[in-house]
Amino acid sequence: MITDELVDIEIKLLMDGVYQVYGYDFREYSEASLRRRLTQWLSNSGFATFSLAQSQLLRDRALFDTLLRGITVNVSEMFRDPAFFKAVREHVVPHLKTYPFVKIWHAGCASGEEAYSMAILLLEEGFKGRFRIYATDINEEVIRKAQEGIYPLKEMQHFTRNYQQAGGTGSFSDYYTARYEHAIISPKLRENIVFAAHNLAVDSDFGEMNLILCRNVMIYFKQPLKEKVLGLLDRSLTHGGYLCLGTKESLNQRQIAGHYEAIAPRMQIYRKQYAKK
Amino acid sequence: MQRNNCRQFKAIVIGVSTGGVSALTQLLGALPADFPIPILIVCHITPDSDDGLAKLLNTLCTIRVREADEQETITSDTVYLAPANYHLLVERGGILALSIDPPVNFARPSVDVLFESAAEVYGTELIGVILTGAGSDGSKGLLKIKNNGGVAVVQDPTDAEMNSMPGSALRLLNADHVVRLKEISGLLVRLAGDKP
Repeated sequence: MITDELVDIEIKLLMDGVYQVYGYDFREYSEASLRRRLTQWLSNSGFATFSLAQSQLLRDRALFDTLLRGITVNVSEMFRDPAFFKAVREHVVPHLKTYPFVKIWHAGCASGEEAYSMAILLLEEGFKGRFRIYATDINEEVIRKAQEGIYPLKEMQHFTRNYQQAGGTGSFSDYYTARYEHAIISPKLRENIVFAAHNLAVDSDFGEMNLILCRNVMIYFKQPLKEKVLGLLDRSLTHGGYLCLGTKESLNQRQIAGHYEAIAPRMQIYRKQYAKK
Repeated sequence: MQRNNCRQFKAIVIGVSTGGVSALTQLLGALPADFPIPILIVCHITPDSDDGLAKLLNTLCTIRVREADEQETITSDTVYLAPANYHLLVERGGILALSIDPPVNFARPSVDVLFESAAEVYGTELIGVILTGAGSDGSKGLLKIKNNGGVAVVQDPTDAEMNSMPGSALRLLNADHVVRLKEISGLLVRLAGDKP
């Protein structure tokens, strides 16, 4: 349809402008989801078209921030894909236990649910005082939310079920305090997590990680950006370290695939080989 | 009907919920293995499902059925099923995309998300089909398909195991075809120009 093609052109022009003015690069994001998110923003913005919004978006940082939120907000849940966390417990944790201290990077942590899940898992596996999780996201507002660790109380039933299916060995209610309509994550989980803003598309690598989680982040990227980010994750991982992707992502046919070994079938957990590159 | 004969369809999208397994088994089971148009399906399934439904349908049908992979190029002779807990979308150039954006109409995968993205990419060269199901997911998407010049097919609500999804679609738009489940495969073959 002509109008849809016009919208595509307007989005392309806007994303070019956004990159030049603010440095955020969405030109390599896959179009279908980007268009859906942007269209949703537009329908709440009061502007009739992206062209009409563009002039103000490029001048008004506060307005741009609302757009940024619309494009980059990801949602997650605690122990999303319980079978994945179970596989981490069974296949990855035994190896991590051989290290005196473990560094974990959670790239694209959104509002923090999965980072807290990992902290719970490691505490239950006896890593108290022996690990640090660096949880990063492109969206600074979402990082602040993650840091607060406050979630709707009504989600807890679902999270508890996930926790149990993921092989949790304690009682999930020990990890939060219920207050009115909210659940506040226990401070003991927070003390091992460093939350920070990081943009996978333009920022540099993190050093010497033993485990990197980047789940369902790259599904929004086009191939070239995906390869670039995988290279960044690869450089940030120690030899013998683990890379975890979303259950529908895979290293198949990726440039770095050659020196990674799949550890758990269907769970997309890979181990970086010791062999020289 | 006649105007359809000179049209080359690039894709068929199907949305189904309650009663989906038996409806899809019947519909896809009646299609030939070399059916020339790719089919993309959103069937509401629980978030922790594996690819069991795709495997089951693949066993029961002659046409190839598989779970959609991200950034896979869509090919004909294949039925793609949205994976559990992901939205399925279509990119320009006929490439599949997945997303974990929030549920739409309480559903992920959502029929509306697939239909709206497919309508934007395929325009007049798209057929949308709403089958049995509870709720109203897919109605807005089918309207968009219709508005973009595609063909809207709805299962006759009196024939559906659950009539609210087809009923909701029919309240929102004038479907090109309202037919019983057992007639849909024949209709699709006819629209594909592949006379049985």
